[in-house]
Amino acid sequence: MGKILTIARRELAGYFFSPLAYVVGALFLCVCAFKFAPPPGFWAGPREWFILVPHQQASFRGLFEMMGTAMTIAAPLLTMRLVSEEYRSGTIETLMTAPVTDTQVILGKFLGVMGFYLILLAATLIFLALMFVYATPDVGVVIMGYVGMVLLGAAFLAVGVFASTLSRYQLLAAAGSIVILAIFQLLAGSVASHTTAPISEIAARINTSTYMSNFARGLFDSRGLVFFLSLTGGFLFLSIKTLESRRWR
Amino acid sequence: MIDVKHLTKWYGRVLAVDNISFHVKKGAVVGFLGPNGAGKSTTLKIMTCYLPASSGTITVNGQDVLSDSLAVRRQIGYMPESVPIYPEMRVREYLLFRAALRDIPAKKRKAAVDRVAERCWLSQPEDMTRRRLSELSRGYKQRVGLAEGMLHDPAVLVLDEPTIGLDPTQIRAMRELIRELGDDHTVILSSHILAEVEQTCNEIIIIAGGRLAASGTPAELRQRVVGPSEIIAEIKGATSQELTNAIEKIPGAASVTHSPHGNWTRLEIKAKGSDDLRSNIYKLAAEKQWQLRELRRAGGSLEDFFVQITYEQSMREDHNAAG
Repeated sequence: MGKILTIARRELAGYFFSPLAYVVGALFLCVCAFKFAPPPGFWAGPREWFILVPHQQASFRGLFEMMGTAMTIAAPLLTMRLVSEEYRSGTIETLMTAPVTDTQVILGKFLGVMGFYLILLAATLIFLALMFVYATPDVGVVIMGYVGMVLLGAAFLAVGVFASTLSRYQLLAAAGSIVILAIFQLLAGSVASHTTAPISEIAARINTSTYMSNFARGLFDSRGLVFFLSLTGGFLFLSIKTLESRRWR
Repeated sequence: MIDVKHLTKWYGRVLAVDNISFHVKKGAVVGFLGPNGAGKSTTLKIMTCYLPASSGTITVNGQDVLSDSLAVRRQIGYMPESVPIYPEMRVREYLLFRAALRDIPAKKRKAAVDRVAERCWLSQPEDMTRRRLSELSRGYKQRVGLAEGMLHDPAVLVLDEPTIGLDPTQIRAMRELIRELGDDHTVILSSHILAEVEQTCNEIIIIAGGRLAASGTPAELRQRVVGPSEIIAEIKGATSQELTNAIEKIPGAASVTHSPHGNWTRLEIKAKGSDDLRSNIYKLAAEKQWQLRELRRAGGSLEDFFVQITYEQSMREDHNAAG
C-alpha cells in the first residue's frame, strides 16, 4: 500500500506541473460555470438548459449530467500521459526494475489521477455554495449526484489508464479512451432508442449517461453502482495485464 | 554472485543474445565489452528483471530473475543507458521518491539521499539537489542515475554505458567512482570502449554478435592475444644500415625494419618465437657504445584483439545478410 501511495503522490504532484492539467481543469470548470450561471445575455435563449436563471426552478441535476458528458473528453486528457509517457521517456525501465509490482504501478497511477479529479470535483462545490445562497437545492440530488460523479469518474479514469498502457503515444491513448467512453456515454443511448431487443437491451445496460441521470435525480441506482464499479475494476485489471504483457512481447 | 546460464533472447525473429553463460564473483568489477548491438544492454536488462529471457536463466545471489523477481530487484541498483528520469521533479524529490520505492524506511530516506548525493558529487562542491532534473546537464543526469542506483546500498550495481556522453573530466571522475564502488559492491558495467574497461575493471567479458567471445582478467586476455614478440628500440651511434645488420645477427631475431627519427634510428625487431630480445639488444648497444633511448616490447594489444572480434562479428553479419 505504501508504494501505491508513493506513486499516487508523485502522479498527483505531476499534474500541478502540467499545463495541460490546468487547461483541462479550467475548461471543465468554465463549462460548468456557463451552464450553472450563464451571463444575462443568454437568458433569452434555451433557458431551461441553464440552471441559475431568474424565475425558473433551479436544480443541480442538469449540471451533474453535463459534468458526466464533459468527462468523456476530460478523463482521456487527464489520463493519457500516465503510462504512455513512461514508455516514451524510458522511465518505465527504472520504474519496473525497482521492487514494485505491475499492480502497484497501475493502482498508484489510478489513485493519482483520481486525486486530481476529486480536487476538480471539490472545486465545483462553489456552485453548490451559490445554490444555497440563491435557491434551496434538494440535498438528496446533491449527495447522490456527487456519489454518481465519483463513481463515473473512477470508471472513466480507469478506461483512460487502460488506453494509456496501450501506446507510447499520448495522442493515441487519448483517442482510444475517447472512443471507448463515447460508446458508453453517447452512442449507447441512441443505439438503445433506434434498435430493437436484444441490441437495444444491451445498449441500455451499458449506457453510462442513464446511470448518471438516475444519480443526478437523487436516486441511488444500484445498477449504476455495480456497473461503474465493474468498469473501474475491469479496466484496471486490463491495464495491469497490458503492462505485464510488455514483458512477453 | 551472479550466474548466467545459457541465456538466449529473441526479439521477434532477431536473435540478440545467443546462449551466453558466465559467472560473476562477489566483489568483482566486471566490464561487459562489445561493439554496438552485441547484446550487452539486452543481457543487462534481463539481469535487472526488465525483460524476460527467451531461454536460459540468471540467478543473483541464488535467486532467479524470473521467479524471485522482486527479491532480485531489491539487491540490484541499475542505471539504464539513457538514464531516464522524470523531468519535472527536483533532484532531491526524485531521490526521495525512488528511496520510497526501494523499500527504504521513511526515517532513513533522508540520510540515504544525503549519502548518495555526497558520494556522487551532487551536494558538493555545488548543491544541485534543489535543481529540476530537466535543467541538469548530461553529466549531472548521469550522476543522479548513479545516485539512484546506490540509494539502497545494493549488493550489485549494474551500469549500462556509465560514461557515454560525458566530457573527459567527468569520465575520469566516473571511472574513479566506479573503482571506489568496487570495494564494497559487485559492479557490472557495459561499454564499447576497451580502454575504459581495462582501466576500471578487474574482469572483462567480451561479447560480439550475441555470443561470448572471451572472458578473463585484463592480464589473462592480454596474454592470450600476445603473438610473436616485437621490440621497439631507438638507437644513435651508427648508420641505420649498420644497426640493422648488427641486430639481425642476434640469435632469435627474425626481421628488422628501420626508420629515421631525427638523429636517432627507430628499429622494429620481430622475434622468431616469443623470446624477449631486449637484454640482448641492450648488451649489444653497450658493447658497441651506441646510445639507447628507448627499448620496449610492443606486445599484441587488447585493442587489436577487440578490433579483430568486432571485425569478425561484422563479417558474420555480412555473411548472414548475403546468405
